[in-house]
Amino acid sequence: MIEITPRTIRTWSMLGQRGTAFAIALPEIAAEQKEVMVLTADLSLLSGLEKFKQTYPEQFLDVGIAEQNMIGIAAGLAKEGNCVFATTYATFISMRSYEQIRNNLGVMGFNVKVIGSAAGVSMGTSGNCHHSIEDLALMRVIPNIQVISPADALETVKVMQAISKTNIPAYVRLTGNLNCPMVYKEDYDFQIGKGIVLNQGRDIAIIAIGTLVAEAVKVAESLKGQGINPTVVNMHTIKPLDEKLIKELTREHSIIYTLEEHSVIGGLGGAVAECLSGLGTSTKLIRMGFPDKYSVLGDYEYILKQNKLDAGSVKEAILEGVK
Amino acid sequence: MKQKRDKIEIDAMAKRMRLKALDMAFRSGKKGAHLGPAFSCMEIMATLYGNIMNIDPENPKDVNRDRFVSSKAHSVLTQYTALNEIGFISEEELDTFQENGTKFGGHPIIDLEHGMEYTGGSLGMALSVGVGMALDAKLKGRKNKVYILVGDGELDEGSNWEAIMSAAQFKLNNLVIIVDKNGLQYDGPTSEIMNIDNLQNKFDAFNCKTSVVDGHNTAELLDVFNRFTKDCPHVIIARTIKGKGVSFMENIREWHHSSLSQRQYEQAVEEVRGE
Repeated sequence: MIEITPRTIRTWSMLGQRGTAFAIALPEIAAEQKEVMVLTADLSLLSGLEKFKQTYPEQFLDVGIAEQNMIGIAAGLAKEGNCVFATTYATFISMRSYEQIRNNLGVMGFNVKVIGSAAGVSMGTSGNCHHSIEDLALMRVIPNIQVISPADALETVKVMQAISKTNIPAYVRLTGNLNCPMVYKEDYDFQIGKGIVLNQGRDIAIIAIGTLVAEAVKVAESLKGQGINPTVVNMHTIKPLDEKLIKELTREHSIIYTLEEHSVIGGLGGAVAECLSGLGTSTKLIRMGFPDKYSVLGDYEYILKQNKLDAGSVKEAILEGVK
Repeated sequence: MKQKRDKIEIDAMAKRMRLKALDMAFRSGKKGAHLGPAFSCMEIMATLYGNIMNIDPENPKDVNRDRFVSSKAHSVLTQYTALNEIGFISEEELDTFQENGTKFGGHPIIDLEHGMEYTGGSLGMALSVGVGMALDAKLKGRKNKVYILVGDGELDEGSNWEAIMSAAQFKLNNLVIIVDKNGLQYDGPTSEIMNIDNLQNKFDAFNCKTSVVDGHNTAELLDVFNRFTKDCPHVIIARTIKGKGVSFMENIREWHHSSLSQRQYEQAVEEVRGE
């Protein structure tokens, strides 16, 4: 049983979402569930899976640099009743093995949890091939797959626990680096598909996903001094989308901002736009994410800033919008 | 447990399967059907379903059953008719082939009650899944085998070779890969479109144990399926003829997928019956 205390939360935050998912959550899940398998495509060391590999050698498989085969093998294992976690970089797992995911998880519903690590732009100067800004859109369009992106390291633990208890295929997007900012400093109630209001404000709402939830919280804090109190929502699950919550937000808010480390096309912003289009609301939507092009290279913070996704830039945009 | 059929019964079974497949294709009218690739693997599936595999329509989800997936899923007429022969699919169900609302389309849909293990149609997918299924059997100490049928044209897909490499790496001697080597793909001979010659050497180089047989000779098939490997997958290259059994279809690429006229249907039935 994982103990959630302020101290463990701080430790996980230092490990980041990836380290927490693989070195903390998965060994605990395997301890409780016998039929759990973990597959990687030559990223065991980098993902922090060595502890899992040593503790549960029979439940671990490295398939080499072969993402398509990894998802196929995962599907075969899931078909036989295993709960299978398959992982490598988000950009490779969501794209190289896309049709394997679509047919095996989407069409046939095999219980595979696809964990895309280093999603968004945390790989920084590694280059655009390592930036994953399309994965939410790609995964979201496939029927029958849950799509989740935790806000911080604690939420990563809670997501991993939650998906391990279902037979539904899932894509989990892990963003950020080591020292992932903490959104939650103590335990809280997490449910797949149920967005969380972190700050109840009025008139303006920021719906954020992934590590940018922490930026949204910062924005709200700094705007309070200027008489603006935006509602902040952690929309960790993009599918199934919490449409009820979005509908509620339209009642008290004239502008909704979506904030994501993803293309403005097809991700959180796209999902919220689709939801709003069916509501006949006058609430305005402004999507904040990567424009429809590949980003300039730099370190993580630099790229976020260049694309106006850091707290300071988001705050300026909101102030401009309410003028 | 079903009774194992002998060579004579398997040959008769394959003949009935061809006749039924012709009926189903003819009833489909202009929708057409994959007759050529179905007829090249009739004896392979008749041997597996009629004798080799341990499967039982009374207990279709038995964890110890052998698993079969045709990765060249377009040869579905062979699988439907074989499953009909052994009691998984009824005549009435077969008659809904490719009709609106059917469970029995032009490619199989996973349905264990009807003996179908996998939703196919995209080539190069099933071998990896077979590796996963065989791994599970190994991990849990089950004795069942996993049979995956692939087409030779299908081996153009690189994903197959990822799977083959891993099957050898994981020492899956419970995995049997059958290649229906009919030498034709949609656009023409495999030798011209994408040459996969020296197939045995290729599989051997991937650390598999490879056998080559006449894929229409059920005695050879019975023999080869009863050979076992010690610590690697068994690959059986079955030399076959696309459209086997109907003179105007044999080795003609257009019959990969086509529809039958009344006259062609009658001639095909006559030739299959007369063999």
